[in-house]
Amino acid sequence: CCCGRELFSWRLHSDIISTVEFNYSGDLLATGDKGGRVVIFQREQENKSRPHSRGEYNVYSTFQSHEPEFDYLKSLEIEEKINKIRWLPQQNAAHFLLSTNDKTIKLWKISERDKRAEGYNLKDEDGRLRDPFRITALRVPILKPMDLMVEASPRRIFANAHTYHINSISVNSDHETYLSADDLRINLWHLEITDRSFNIVDIKPANMEELTEVITAAEFHPHQCNVFVYSSSKGTIRLCDMRSSALCDRHSKFFEEPEDPSSRSFFSEIISSISDVKFSHSGRYMMTRDYLSVKVWDLNMESRPVETHQVHEYLRSKLCSLYENDCIFDKFECCWNGSDSAIMTGSYNNFFRMFDRDTRRDVTLEASRESSKPRASLKPRKVCTGGKRKKDEISVDSLDFNKKILHTAWHPADNVIAVAATNNLYIFQDKIN
Amino acid sequence: MDAGRVFGKKVNGRGLAGGPGCDVCYGLVEDTQEKEGLLPERAEEAKLKAKYPSLGQKPGGSDFLMKRLQKGQKYFDSGDYNMAKAKMKNKQLPSAGPDKNLVTGDHIPTPQDLPQRKSSLVTSKLAGGQVE
Repeated sequence: CCCGRELFSWRLHSDIISTVEFNYSGDLLATGDKGGRVVIFQREQENKSRPHSRGEYNVYSTFQSHEPEFDYLKSLEIEEKINKIRWLPQQNAAHFLLSTNDKTIKLWKISERDKRAEGYNLKDEDGRLRDPFRITALRVPILKPMDLMVEASPRRIFANAHTYHINSISVNSDHETYLSADDLRINLWHLEITDRSFNIVDIKPANMEELTEVITAAEFHPHQCNVFVYSSSKGTIRLCDMRSSALCDRHSKFFEEPEDPSSRSFFSEIISSISDVKFSHSGRYMMTRDYLSVKVWDLNMESRPVETHQVHEYLRSKLCSLYENDCIFDKFECCWNGSDSAIMTGSYNNFFRMFDRDTRRDVTLEASRESSKPRASLKPRKVCTGGKRKKDEISVDSLDFNKKILHTAWHPADNVIAVAATNNLYIFQDKIN
Repeated sequence: MDAGRVFGKKVNGRGLAGGPGCDVCYGLVEDTQEKEGLLPERAEEAKLKAKYPSLGQKPGGSDFLMKRLQKGQKYFDSGDYNMAKAKMKNKQLPSAGPDKNLVTGDHIPTPQDLPQRKSSLVTSKLAGGQVE
């Protein structure tokens, strides 16, 4: 799955991309950025006259989702940066997605308009009202085709439910509810109701001095509408069942890899903080991303993960400087491919890593204009960890830590991946022979 | 997924800490590999403590987390916030219409053609009533 990747398209965003998400069919790809904008790309249909354009993603719709706001009570600025986008399953011709910044979640409807009515009775073609006394005959307006117009309109605004910063949203498999999680609380919403939400997890201690961990990510199970998980800054994952109680402060399952106390260091807890948690499509496994590795857990086994994949172990000897420049707090995401046979996550220097779970092979690829030529295979990259540096290898000290790939997405069915490198969006596909 | 592929990994109870990408581990090798993986981390910790001796023992303590919860630019008040935003907007408009400034010999300029003169930030000494 990993080899033979070719660059299919590259798009420049006007701002740093902060989230990337394919919809359920994979025909639409949504990106959110630091400026509160959402750009949706659509996959081109197969076209006999332009065979090479098949599978290309082109801009379908752009809209401003969130604006910067000011919290007057705390004198804090509320960033317009889009933290997460999640699509709703398609139920009619329109597409719906949820987008959220730190405080407010919005439901957007994206619809197409390709017809226009002509021949009104009460107004002229240019919209001016006609004098009613001059109307002597009636006609039926007819629908005429027009250039495709894609409109985005906000249908629901879910606000004022989070004191802390929203890090996750997740649509339930019942297609009626969704959850939103901030650092200390998780709320359950109904998609139709904006003026109230149910608090289902609250880990805020009575005395804030006793605060030891925060919620870092949360997700609903893909099939069981009563089950969700949330991860913590201490490297633990809690699975909760909404059938057992209204307030899910007590978990049903607790996933934690036991730590050897003798190996503990100042950095242990920081690098164990989970930045992302994703269920497999099958619902049998979940994957977590901490600073240096990606772990796959079997939901039936809480004691330890079943797989651990090292993303950039060579950074372990750089933790001091990574702490000083704050990179150690970078939140990398991870994703599964459609068949759950492979996983992908980002790294620094515009590198991203893909792990094939079946063949146990992994590869490091680079998302950059210099190293990618259209229709040419991506060359695997290698980081030299010490000793003699071979030709084409990069030494750890030459890595650019400002070029981080935090957000990646995998098409739900095909071998198409979207990689966000700062303000560049790269879309890679398997070579079509 | 078949059960045969599920395997546990225990290296002193911790996940393997060495080697790129591979997560297979074998009995004898694991101890030395684990120690080699630990030394860099401890060395890094020593480096950090040397640079910042006042750094507390528990990095995951409540102070650290409280700072995390407080993310976001704090302003003195809403007036301060709006001033800061206005400053940012002005910075983004340095080159507004270069064409307007070029009125050279084509025609007699009208008041509309002439570039607007921004008012001085520093008032002239004469205007201020000061004597030369």
